[in-house]
This record gives sequence, C-alpha cells and structure tokens, in this order.
Amino acid sequence: MDNYIISTKNLTKKYGSKTVVDNLNLSIPNGEIYGLLGPNGAGKSTVILMLLGLTEPSSGNISVLGYKPTKDPLRIKSFTGYLPERVGFYEDMTAAQNLEYTALLNSIPEKEIPSKIDECLSIVGLQKEKNIVVKQFSKGMKQRLGIADVLIKNPQLVIFDEPTEGLDLEVANQILETIFNLNKDKKITFIISSHQLNLVQKICHKVGIMSKGKLIGEGNMAELSKNMFGGNKYLIEVEIIGDVNNVIEKIKSLKGIKTVTSTENAIHIGTDEDLRQDVSKIVTNMDGIILTKMDIKDFSLEDVYLNYFKEV
Amino acid sequence: MKSVLTIYRKELADYFSSKKFLILLGLVYLTGLTSIYVSIQNIRAAAQSSTDAFVFLKLYTTAGDVLPSFLYFLSFFIPIIGIVFGFDAINTERNSKNLSRLLSQPIYRDSIINGKFLAGITTMSIIIGSIIMIIAGIGLRIIGVPPSSEEILRILIFIFICICYGTFWMALSMLFSVIMDKTATSILTAIAIWIFFFFFVQIIANAIANAMAPITDNATLATQIKNFNIDLGIKRISPAYLFTESITILLIPSGSQLFLRAVTTADISKMLLNPLSLGQSLIQVWPQTVAIIALAIICFAISYIVFIKQEIRST
Repeated sequence: MDNYIISTKNLTKKYGSKTVVDNLNLSIPNGEIYGLLGPNGAGKSTVILMLLGLTEPSSGNISVLGYKPTKDPLRIKSFTGYLPERVGFYEDMTAAQNLEYTALLNSIPEKEIPSKIDECLSIVGLQKEKNIVVKQFSKGMKQRLGIADVLIKNPQLVIFDEPTEGLDLEVANQILETIFNLNKDKKITFIISSHQLNLVQKICHKVGIMSKGKLIGEGNMAELSKNMFGGNKYLIEVEIIGDVNNVIEKIKSLKGIKTVTSTENAIHIGTDEDLRQDVSKIVTNMDGIILTKMDIKDFSLEDVYLNYFKEV
Repeated sequence: MKSVLTIYRKELADYFSSKKFLILLGLVYLTGLTSIYVSIQNIRAAAQSSTDAFVFLKLYTTAGDVLPSFLYFLSFFIPIIGIVFGFDAINTERNSKNLSRLLSQPIYRDSIINGKFLAGITTMSIIIGSIIMIIAGIGLRIIGVPPSSEEILRILIFIFICICYGTFWMALSMLFSVIMDKTATSILTAIAIWIFFFFFVQIIANAIANAMAPITDNATLATQIKNFNIDLGIKRISPAYLFTESITILLIPSGSQLFLRAVTTADISKMLLNPLSLGQSLIQVWPQTVAIIALAIICFAISYIVFIKQEIRST
C-alpha cells in the first residue's frame, strides 16, 4: 500500500439507496499520469471528492499520500492540487492576485509568494498576463491559470477533472504537454478524469475505466488492448481475390506476425508493427491473387473503451 | 484561524471596493445628514417640551413635520445593509465555480463562512458606526452641547444594538445564500421577509387583536388591556419591532417605558415620569437585545451547519 500515492479498498459511496461508487479498489503508483475514464454518472467526480475529503465515503478505506481524507483532509489538501472541471477565479482580480490569494490560503510565506507566482505563471506561459484581470481571459487561459493555481502549493499529486473540456485542440494539446512535462520534470503524480479519450491516451501511463461506480478495466494501453484484442497493437485487414489459404500460409511466415485469421476473401492480421509493405509484397507477388483492399487499424483507447462498454 | 483571517481580509477588501458598499454608504450618509438637518431645525422645540436632560440624544430622535427621525431611517436601512452584505455570500462563490477551488485548499470549510460573516459584520459596523458618529460630531458643532457620559454610553449601546440587528439580517440572508443557488432568489426571499416583519406584522397584529378583543365604545378596561397585550405579543414576533422598541427605550429615556405594557391614563397621571437611568433602560432593553442576538445566532448556526454538510461540486 505504501508504494502507491493513492489506494482505495472497497470504497463505496451511497446517496440514499443509490450506490454511486461500488467497492472501488484503486491503486495509483507515485509519479504516474493516471486517466480515470467513464461516462457521465460513472462516479469519477465522487471518487475525486472522496480523495480530497470533500465528501465522506459510506464504507471502505482510502489512503492519499499515506493519510486518510476523513481524518487528515488538510494535510492531503496541502500536498494535492485540484483543478475542477469548470475552474472559477475572482474575475475582478488579476491573475497574480488570484494566485496570491491561493498562496496565502496555503500558508506560503509572504516573501516567497511573488517569486512563486512568477514561476508558476511562466510554467503555463501566462507571465505576460500576470497583471491582467481574469475576466479578460479566454477559457484556455483560465485553464492554464488553473494549472498555475494548483502548482502554487508544490503539489505531489494533482487531480484534474476534465482539463481539456471545451478547449480547442491546439490549447488542449498545450495543456496536455504542460501536464506531461510537469510529470517528467517535477515527478508530480496526475489523475486525469476525462472522457476525451484520444487526448488522455497521449499522456496517460495507465487508465482506469469506470462504469456505474465500478472499475471495469485498468491498465496501460497494451494491457487493456491485450484483454480486449489479444494483445496486438495493429490489425491489418486485407481483402483479396483468389485462394485465401495460400496467402495465409505465406503471411504467417513473416516476422512480427502474431495472429492471422480469415473470413471468405478477407484476412485479419494481428501485429505490433506496421507490416503493410511486407504483406502487400507477398500478396502481389503471388500468382492468381489480386489485392483489392488493405487497411490498418491502430487500437485506440476509444476502441478499448467502447469494447469494454460493449461487454458491460 | 489563519485561513479565516486570510478570507476575512480578502472579503473586507472586496466589500470596500465594491459598488454596493459605496452606494449603501452614500445612501445612509445622505439620509443621515438629511435627518440631522431635520433634527437641528426641531431640536429646540423638542428640548423645551421634554422633561429629561438628554438633549444630545434628541439629534437621533427628533423628527420633522414631514421627514421622520434618524431612528426611523436607521430601522429602515439596517435590514437593507444586512441583506446586501449576506445575500450572495456563498451562492456567488458557488456559481462562479470558486467554491470548489477554495475548498481544495488546505483550509477548513467553516473558514469560508466565518471569514465572510466577520467581514460583513465589520463592514456593516463601519457604515452604522460612522454615520452615528458623524451625526454626533455635526450635532456637537451645531448645538454646542457636549454629550454627557451617560449619553455617550447610551450611544455606544445604541450602536451595538444596531450592529446586532444588522447581523441578524445578514445572517438570515446568508442562510438564503447557502440554501439557494440563485442570488436573485436569495435577495428576493430576504426582502420579502423584511417587508413582512417591517410592514405586515403590525397590520396583522392589529387585526388579530381587534378580532380577539374588539375595542368598541363600550369596551371595558380589561378588553382594552387584552387588546393591547395581544397586539404587543404578536408585534414582538418581529425583529424589526424588537429593534424599534429597544432603541426607543435607550434613546428616549423619558416615558418610552410606557410602550412596554398596558397603562391607563389614570396610571400615567399618578406616575412620576422621570427619565430611566441607564441601568433601568438596559434592564428594559435586555430581552429585546438578547432576542435579536439569539435570532442572529440561530440564523448563522443554520447557515453554518447546512454549508458544512453541503456537497460542493464544480458542475
């Protein structure tokens, strides 16, 4: 349990007779970027609230940074940054004034605050906007300011609830890059709750998929796709005119081929590399075989996600 | 405690730089200065007709032919000041999505409501205290009669009661800001309750008293006393009436005690209507003051408990 920055055991939260989080067992190692995925109402936000001590679990245990949120919420919050889905700031205050207020609430010595504000704003690229009132900020700028706000306290753990929601792709990518760099440089553990799977996939070391309060799948992309698709990264689909069996034998002899299955005139090749060139060479060099179509599918988190929900 | 102070300082700075503070301050000062003008015009006549020696206090209690006294203005404005400083205390934070961010900081949740409440009381105290002091200063300059030590004490207790009364209204509107999501709903509810207590309770009290003990030409003394007691009992449900009663007793020491119970003309003729001493006045206003403080505490306690138990989500 000590190697994990967060661990929960049989964590359950009920509102009346409705179970929102159901016997959740979660272990998040230190220094990872962990994606918590699931549709609306899956229980992600409730889990986050319980991790921060903002709502009490109905049963089960939680340990965050070795402390129990129900007993030591202040200790946890002094090392944990939280950026809610819709972050709010005091609109009539400047970016620096908002951060100063957060710093004061975190009991950061007053003489250290100006340099800390500069450091955090430069990390998110808002140093020039330091003295601009927040009401003039775009949504993306506010989100970046939110990241600066959580960095003020030198967190060991940061929880982001839908950090890229409603942002255009460029800004979303900038934010993800900032998260990635912070994880790499400052060894901060991140938990990202999101349903923007393509974005989460880019930076998360591991993801947990929640549905109806339960963790229905967990692991890195390889582990998840292994469970779902037999462990292959790519699926090459080949359609031919001619004898399929002869082609299959030849393809199986290629290095790197993991699985080969067929249906009528289509061949499905499971592989960890993009072997389209090798496959097309084999097919086009064979007499009496005409290649009509070849396609490659890269298993995305979305495929994994959708398959999990198909199974559920 | 440090977090309460941080929030208190921030809220205080917000209040002082807010438009609502400046508007209220301007309005209160304007009415205060108008009422002192009225009282100075009429103070000579009021002093001559009075049996007591508290001339300085008449600055606050003397009304004109058209304009009412400063006491009336104050009893009208204090609830508004209290409501304005409380109605959006929590729901604005919630709606602006600041509350989730604040609660993720290493502070106890009650620091937020305590800091805001203290900042509201301080701001309100400054508005109320300053106008009362300004009137005292102007009055001192114009009438040239310095206040006696008893008058100074009465004024200080008067300020205290005003602040307690304002605190009740602020606590009530803060309660609405905790339980209601929209600021418009919370302010309208608070104003509706104020209108009920300020205007309607008196009408209702009168109607019920007249229904239960009708005063006709042939009404007996017992019926008249019953009518008075029913009327008074119902009016005392209203914090506005309790406030008016207490400040009247405090600032009009001569004869104001007659408001407190039913007396006949025959009784009055037998009375020596000397002004009440400060101690006697305090004994008279003690129940009203305690009731106002208790109401403020009850409202704040409910806000506190509801806020502590609320689940705050950013969505």
